[in-house]
Amino acid sequence: MSPPIIDRAAASTPPALARHIRGLSDRAIAWIFIAPTIVLLLAINIFPLIWTIRLSFTNFRANRTNAPVRDVGIDNYVSILTDPEVWQPMQATAHFVIWTILIQTVLGFSLAWAIDRKFRGHGFWTTVILVPMMLSPAVVGNFWRFLFQPQIGLFNYGISAVTGVPPSSFEMLGSVALAPWAIVIVDTWMWTPYVILICLAGLRSIPDYIYEAAEVDRASPWRQFWTITLPMALPFIMLAVLFRGIENFKMFDMVNLLTSGGPGSTTEVASITLKREAFEKWRTGYSSAFAIILFVTVFGLANIYVKALNRVKSR
Amino acid sequence: MSTSAHSVVEPTGRTKAIAGSLVIAYALITMLPLVWIFLTALKTPPDSISYPPKIVFTPSLEGFCNLFTTRSRQTEDYIKSLPPASGTCEQIARARNMVVAGPSNYVPRFWNSVVIAFGSTFFAVALGTMAAYGFSRFRVPLADDLLFFILSTRMMPPIAVAIPIYLMYRELGLSDTKFGMILLYTAVNVSLAVWLLKGFIDEIPREYEEAAMIDGYTRLQAFRKVVLPQAATGIAATAIFCMIFAWNEYAFAVLLTSGEAQTAPPFIPIIIGEGGQDWPAVAAGTAIFLVPIVVFTVLLRKHLLRGITFGAVRK
Repeated sequence: MSPPIIDRAAASTPPALARHIRGLSDRAIAWIFIAPTIVLLLAINIFPLIWTIRLSFTNFRANRTNAPVRDVGIDNYVSILTDPEVWQPMQATAHFVIWTILIQTVLGFSLAWAIDRKFRGHGFWTTVILVPMMLSPAVVGNFWRFLFQPQIGLFNYGISAVTGVPPSSFEMLGSVALAPWAIVIVDTWMWTPYVILICLAGLRSIPDYIYEAAEVDRASPWRQFWTITLPMALPFIMLAVLFRGIENFKMFDMVNLLTSGGPGSTTEVASITLKREAFEKWRTGYSSAFAIILFVTVFGLANIYVKALNRVKSR
Repeated sequence: MSTSAHSVVEPTGRTKAIAGSLVIAYALITMLPLVWIFLTALKTPPDSISYPPKIVFTPSLEGFCNLFTTRSRQTEDYIKSLPPASGTCEQIARARNMVVAGPSNYVPRFWNSVVIAFGSTFFAVALGTMAAYGFSRFRVPLADDLLFFILSTRMMPPIAVAIPIYLMYRELGLSDTKFGMILLYTAVNVSLAVWLLKGFIDEIPREYEEAAMIDGYTRLQAFRKVVLPQAATGIAATAIFCMIFAWNEYAFAVLLTSGEAQTAPPFIPIIIGEGGQDWPAVAAGTAIFLVPIVVFTVLLRKHLLRGITFGAVRK
C-alpha cells in the first residue's frame, strides 16, 4: 500500500517536468501505449461486427458476390425467431450447457475439496489432473471419436468391463439417445479440471481461524460445510460457472469433430448451425442475423449473471 | 499453508487417505485417453482396431511412417523388381505391398502452427504489455469501459466473428495466409494479454519507477529498465497462455485456411489411410502435437489459475 500522496504524485507527474527530462509527456505515452491495441481490436473485432450487423439486414450470399444485394429489413430476424427449427439447436445447446455445468461443478468442487485435504503428493496429482484442459479440444475431441467406436473403442470396452453390457451393443456417437451425452462426457473430461482449479482457490481463500472458531462452538463438520465452506467458496464457484457457461455456449470445435451435429441434428449446437448456414448453405445475411442474436444472448445472460455474482460477493 | 500440526482444522489421517485415493483414482481414469493416444501411436493399423483392445503389443513405427509419408500401392512383381528397401518406413510400406511416394503434409502444417503461434504470441504480448502498462499507471479516460470492451471481444462465438473476417480477408487477399492468421490470433489474444499483464504490472510498486525517474530516467527508460524486468515472469506466463491458445485453435483455422496457411488442428483429423481413418497415424500426429502443451502445463502450473480466469482469480 502506497501512501495516497505518492499515488497522486505518480498519477499526475507534471507534464512539464517530464518534458524537461527529455521525453514524452505521460499523457502522450499513455495513448501511444494503448492506441495500437484499440486500433487492432477495432479493425479485427468491431469493424467486422458492424459489418455483420449491416449484412444481417440483407439477403447477401458470400458465394454469389455478383448477385444483387437487397435490403430485407428485419426479415432475417423475424424468420429466425419464428422458425420452429431454430429451437432444435437452442435445445441442443441448452442440454449441453446445463448438463456440463451441473456435472462439472459438482465433480469439480468435490475433487477440489478432496485435494484441499492436503494428502501426501496432492501437488503432483493436481498437476496431472490439470493436463486435459490445456490440450486442443479439436485434436483431442477427434481422438475421442476413436475411443467411442463400438467394439474396438476403449470407452465402450471400459463400460462393458464395468457393467457387463456387450461393448458393441451401444453406439455413443451414432445413437440419437446417447450422442448428446457423448459430447457432455468429453467436455466433462476436458474441463472439470478448470472448475477444480477455481474451486481450489476458493477453498484456500477461507481463513483457518473461522473453522477454529466453529470448532470451539462445537459445530459439526456437516454444519461447518454448509455454513462456512460452501457460502465462502460460492463466488468462486459462480465464477467458474460463468466462464464455463460462456465457453460452452460458443462450443464448436470438439462437437464439430466428434459428431458434426449428428446423428440427424441431435447434437447440433448453435455454433454448428451457424457454420452450416454461413459456410455450407452460404446464407450470409441470414447467418449474420443468427450470429447477432447469439451474441446478444451471451452478452445479455453474462451481464445479468455478473450482477448476481457481484451481489453474492458483496454479501 | 498456515496450518500447523496442532491445528484443529488439520484433516485426520483417515480423511486424507480417502480424499487422496479419490483424487488419484480420478487422475488415473482421466489419464487413460491420453495414454491410449500414445499407445495407439505405436501400434500397427491392424493392432489398433483389434478386439478386445490390445494393451500388450509389439511396438511399431508404422503410425509415424504413415504420418510423415504418402504411399502408393504396387503389384508384388513391381516391388520384387525394386532394389532392397533403404529406410525403415520403406520396409514397412513394402511389407504392405506399397512404396513410399513422398513426404506427407504433416511437417508443413506443423510448421505453420509453429510460425503462427509464435508470431501471434509475440505481437499480442508486445501490444498487451504496452496497453497494460498504460492502463495500470496512467489515468486513462473511460479506462473501465475500454477494459471491458477489450474483454467483451472474447465473448463472441468464433464462427460469428469468422463470417465477416472471411469476407474481409477475401477482399484484402489475406485468406489462407500466415499473416492473416497471425493478425487474427493477435487480436483474439491481446485481450487476454492486457487483462493478465495489467494484474502483474499492478503488483509492481510504483515507487521503483519513481525512484528511477528521480535518478534521471525518463518514463520510457523506467518502463524498459525497471518495469519490464520486474514483470518478466508475468510476461512469460502470459506468452505461454497466448501460445497455447494459438496452438490449439481450430474454428478459425478450419474456416479461413485450406492449404498454404493451414495449421495442424484442422489437418490431423483428416489424415486417412486406405479404407478409412488411419488411427495410428492420427494418434502419432496427435501425440507429437500434444507434447509441447503438456510440458508448458507443467511449467505454468503456478500461474494456471490466473491465466484461465483472465486474472480474475489471483490467489
